Amino acid sequence: MLGRLSLSAIPLDVPILVGTFIGVLVVGVAVLGLITYYGKWGYLWKEWFTSVDHKRLAVMYIVLALVALARGFADAVMMRTQLALAYAGNPGYLPPHHYDQIFSAHGTIMIFFLAMAFMTGLFNFIVPLQIGARDVAYPFLNNLSFWMTAVAFILVNISLFIGEFSQCGWLAYPPLSEMQFSPGVGVDYYIWAIQISGVGTLLTGVNFFVTIVKMRAPGMSWLKMPVFTWTAFCSSILIMATFPVLTVAVALLGLDRYFGMHFFTNDGGGNQMLYLNLIWAWGHPEVYILVLPAFGVFSEVVPAFSGKPLFGYKTMIYATCSIMVLSFLVWVHHFFTMGAGPDVNAFFGIATMIISIPTGVKLFNWLFTMYKGRIQYHACMYWAVGFMVVFTIGGMTGVMMAIPGSDFVLHNSLFLIAHFHNVIIGGVYFGYVCGMNFWAPKVLGFKMNEAWGIRAFWFWLVGFFFAFMPLYVLGFEGMTRRMNHYDNPAWHPWMLIAEVGAVLILLGVVCQLMQIFVSIRDCNKPENRDFSGDPWNGRTLEWSTSSPPPVYNYAIVPHVSSLDAYMHDKENGIDTRQAGAQYTAIHMPKNTASGICVGTFALIFGFAAVWYIWWLAAIGIVGVIATVIARSANKDIDYYIPAEEVARIENEHTRKLMAQAAE
Amino acid sequence: MAQNTTVPTAGHDEHHPESTVVFGFWVYLMTDCIIFGSLFATFAVLRNQFNGGPTPHELFEFGGLGLETALLLLSSITYGFGMIAAHKTQISQVILWLGVTFLLGLGFVGLEVREFAHMIADGAGPDRSAFLSAFFTLVSTHGLHVTCGLIWIVTLMVQLMGTTEIPERMMNKLTCLSLFWHFLDIVWICVFTYVYLASMI
Repeated sequence: MLGRLSLSAIPLDVPILVGTFIGVLVVGVAVLGLITYYGKWGYLWKEWFTSVDHKRLAVMYIVLALVALARGFADAVMMRTQLALAYAGNPGYLPPHHYDQIFSAHGTIMIFFLAMAFMTGLFNFIVPLQIGARDVAYPFLNNLSFWMTAVAFILVNISLFIGEFSQCGWLAYPPLSEMQFSPGVGVDYYIWAIQISGVGTLLTGVNFFVTIVKMRAPGMSWLKMPVFTWTAFCSSILIMATFPVLTVAVALLGLDRYFGMHFFTNDGGGNQMLYLNLIWAWGHPEVYILVLPAFGVFSEVVPAFSGKPLFGYKTMIYATCSIMVLSFLVWVHHFFTMGAGPDVNAFFGIATMIISIPTGVKLFNWLFTMYKGRIQYHACMYWAVGFMVVFTIGGMTGVMMAIPGSDFVLHNSLFLIAHFHNVIIGGVYFGYVCGMNFWAPKVLGFKMNEAWGIRAFWFWLVGFFFAFMPLYVLGFEGMTRRMNHYDNPAWHPWMLIAEVGAVLILLGVVCQLMQIFVSIRDCNKPENRDFSGDPWNGRTLEWSTSSPPPVYNYAIVPHVSSLDAYMHDKENGIDTRQAGAQYTAIHMPKNTASGICVGTFALIFGFAAVWYIWWLAAIGIVGVIATVIARSANKDIDYYIPAEEVARIENEHTRKLMAQAAE
Repeated sequence: MAQNTTVPTAGHDEHHPESTVVFGFWVYLMTDCIIFGSLFATFAVLRNQFNGGPTPHELFEFGGLGLETALLLLSSITYGFGMIAAHKTQISQVILWLGVTFLLGLGFVGLEVREFAHMIADGAGPDRSAFLSAFFTLVSTHGLHVTCGLIWIVTLMVQLMGTTEIPERMMNKLTCLSLFWHFLDIVWICVFTYVYLASMI
């Protein structure tokens, strides 16, 4: 009846998990209680959960990403603390069984649910506004993508309290992840979480690709498109080209586990290196999927706070596209030790080094944008400049590892861990936080608190160096990754320094939470409110509409005649909004519960498949199909906003603009 | 809302999401193509890993295979007739041709299931060797797609019943299914040549 599931699956013997569970329970009950007390369920359901508005979905994605950050970062602090303690006979406080789950969950959550969700949140918010569209191409699929990502994250977190998570690292290499060595449910939780969120990500990729190709405002030719949209475009192509490969790799692993097949097993003719090739054919482009939009953010932020147009727009686009193409030609550098021979390794090593050329082009473009600019050191610029320093170091250690000879020594050591945190924290995370600070007034209608933002930056930056520079040293000293304890006295001091770094980053995260809290508390102060819609003297179209934008984004679809369309209009005295023009009724998609419904059934299916509860899995699958068919038959999917309503909203905004201009 | 695509430069459609549906579905099919591509690559790597088990020469027989192929290729033609009828708004004809396509597709899936059942009964199931794992996965992924197509055909037949006209949204659905169905044909031709023919030679 319940498959493998029994009461013994609940880890009551692990005090840390029991404590966490009680904590989550208390907070959960408090939040749900507050929502009920204030009678907000209807509001949440109607305005958020079922919303197909890309702006609402963006906020939900970013909230999801921040929750994932809390979970993934807690894992990180636990690992660092374990390694600071577990030395010379001291076993530390995390037994290997638990520790291995933590590092697997940390990687999985940080990439799939922090970084991907944050990135998709930024895409959702900015791309339709930047290209002058009223929504994405497929608003319902957009909602569905969100729920697939959200339920996959829920599935990962269920594994904390029912059963266990994978102990095989964030990519679940076979043969360790095969039934023979991992008979528990951990890898199955991993498999289904990846597959369900993968559906969401793939649909996001298709959605934004089509949106950018088909829905740009009249006049916006490819080379008049803002850089962030370009990076989102390249990222979407990479998603479409590589996520199917991830789906296949993980599905084949699942077939090995569920049906006793022999793709990657030790016996039966299986081939583990096939898995590695497949997973890295996705995995390497994946890091560019994440970092290209971060580059896009900096390409918007640096010009805005330097008071100059971006230096070398076209080279930026060429660099972005070259990185997109090159990212497919480097995957073997993740396993030079496979034994492919010197020719193959040399090819992939050189291809890897070549990527540093377009990346260098970008870095110089940002520097030259700042050169002789009127730079304002806003919190966004701190993150941007911090990125340039940290990312450059990370890029250089990457080139070191691209040399097959040195990679044979550094492979799977802490040097590698230091390298990719160097680029992912310094590149991706700094970029997304920078973007959040930059676009928050557009999303929310008020600016985020700057003082706490800058404090957060300094703690993150300094904390980063303390936490990861020692790991480079440890890598050279021969310490491998994923160790639970060690006996080498030379390593211990470095581990203590890394622990200090983790605590500093913790303070950085606390500052970020404070920043969010203070920003919301002070949101009505006049210096924080943004009535103009254009708090930074922005250059691109999103700054021409109100903050937050009306549901339809643009009452009159803007006409684009040059790059940096809004700056062009401002300089030439053109009213991009065409306030007071004759408004017409606007056709909009209706909210729908289909997305959350499919998501719920997918969650039921995933959970049931993990525990071999086949009848429940069948309900999940049938539920998904039935919901999709019902959605296909539903004819009530759109509505019109009448012209009078559009005029009322627009005139209200014009009145506020006038009032502000009069002050 | 119809008069809004007058600006020729950008193809910006004033939020008629349907107009991008076919393009988007085509793009989605290309991602599906990558799924098949990865499975073909997997098959290429594992095709000689028999693990002492049966080889293609002992397993494949061309009789049933030819019939399967004929059914599927024919179903593409009948779907094409359905689309012609749809463009002429002859709804009963559309339903008829969709029905014929459904039966042909069902025959294909039925034959495939029969072939698989025989193989498994003979001890040549997907857990026998890496070659058979790759074979079953690739071929049944195609079969699963065809099955989804069958569900889709029935859905559209039901939605078409009792209607007198084919609105844009319905036409888009028929066109997407058309792309999907022909795409599966092309994949099958690759499966036929690369998995069956090339293994037999």
